Amino acid sequence: MTDSSSKAVRVGIEGVFYSLAHVPDLVRYGSKPSRELRANTALEPQLKNQLRSFSAATAYAPHQVYIGNITPAELSNLPKPWYDKLIEGATSNGRFGDLVGQDRFYGQLAGADQFNLVTFEEKWFQEHTARNPNRKPPRLGPVAEITALCEKGALRLYSGERLVGAFESGHAEDASLTADVLLENLAAKVTAAHSLGSLLNALKLNPEEVDFVISCSEEAVGDRYNRGGGNLAKAIGEEVGCANASGSDVKAFCAGPLYGMVHGASLIQSGVCRKVAVVAGGSLAKLGMKFESHLKKGMPILEDVLGSFAVILSAAKTGEPCVRLDSTAFHPVRGGASPQAIAESLAEKPLAKLGMKLTDVDRYAVELHNPEITVPSGSGDVPRTNYLTLAALAVMRGQIKKDQMEDFARARGMVGYAPTQGHIPSAIVYLGHALDALRNNEIKNALFISKGSLFLGRMTQLSDGCSFLVENSEK
Amino acid sequence: MLNGKKVIAIGERDGVPGPVIAECLEGAGLEVVFQVTECFV
Repeated sequence: MTDSSSKAVRVGIEGVFYSLAHVPDLVRYGSKPSRELRANTALEPQLKNQLRSFSAATAYAPHQVYIGNITPAELSNLPKPWYDKLIEGATSNGRFGDLVGQDRFYGQLAGADQFNLVTFEEKWFQEHTARNPNRKPPRLGPVAEITALCEKGALRLYSGERLVGAFESGHAEDASLTADVLLENLAAKVTAAHSLGSLLNALKLNPEEVDFVISCSEEAVGDRYNRGGGNLAKAIGEEVGCANASGSDVKAFCAGPLYGMVHGASLIQSGVCRKVAVVAGGSLAKLGMKFESHLKKGMPILEDVLGSFAVILSAAKTGEPCVRLDSTAFHPVRGGASPQAIAESLAEKPLAKLGMKLTDVDRYAVELHNPEITVPSGSGDVPRTNYLTLAALAVMRGQIKKDQMEDFARARGMVGYAPTQGHIPSAIVYLGHALDALRNNEIKNALFISKGSLFLGRMTQLSDGCSFLVENSEK
Repeated sequence: MLNGKKVIAIGERDGVPGPVIAECLEGAGLEVVFQVTECFV
């Protein structure tokens, strides 16, 4: 770590890509829906009735922000409810992201399955999805075969009311290789691979130029002897054709992506690697997490997408956006779990190292959960709470007056727009807009702050977090 | 009035964590039978 007099340490951000796989017929396999539907089968028709079409998911304003077609500032001026006031003429391709429909996602699952886990109904598959010529042929069969596999315990894959596929377990007795665990893992792999492949295309980079892949996905790839054994990163690299890369996973609950960025930037800065991909796939477990509240309020089920992203890091280029590696801050063991203590560790202290105040940051990227998803369930407006905490800290330090707190939150914050996918909303979701705003000189810097709820794993009562500043490299 | 009462303390990640609630309640003479911090997002 450096003090303010040390030379700035910067690592370049070449680009970022975000994707949302719209998978309404997998919502039933999210953790919360699967538990509730087991307990109350009457919920199933209600759930089905309130699933969205792909066009509705595409025209949903927060998703348009996610893929770069609308800015967060523009979103805050759009009429609500956003799920009702859809964007006319919205497209599934964005400035730095896209939405993938369920049929195409099923095709990606089939193409990435190296262990004959998934079988699709032949006629449906040929009519609705495309075989990837670079992958082994998908496993296809007649309806009778799909039905028989499901009766033997395979997970049913639907397209609307139609049974179109079966997903089998990988081992008869292994709780780490059950069908639902493997579907979750394979979904994370293919969504991350889609984002990384799309980013490499957009940057016109050969996948073989990537030296290392870091995955911070929310899954636990492994077997009975090593639950969560990991290295999904390397599987993602393989899927995308990064033949010269190895990889490893970085896990820290929702803080994983920022830790992944710090690890990746450190590999570049140390000279170990020249080009590092930091990626994450979508969390199937979090689909429909708050579906009951959405049902009760007569809303569509908004948690019907798997979020993914990919970032390419390399040496800093003059005048281009970069991670200010020497600004990195971690939440220490002694840091305390209160929101104020976390804000001190992750905002005030790193800025102080650079000789900066809270008011020297133009934009704060915090956990940018879409409030339209969280407020109906009583979870509140998470970004707003975080911005007001930062503003309160600025008041306590005499940097702003108490009556300027709302202005601080409005000017240096933004409205949340990310699906509740855990790691995806955790600051990293703003990087695409940050790169645009830096390149357009709309902002001079942005502080990225992520938090991780370590206590959920029942190993420690501690919270966690990581932060760093993003700015343009000096000209 | 509260002395000896049993209580369950459920904290929230972006609010007050469970252990902090438990410490306050124990200081007031309550018996915390279970405390947990939840993350609702």
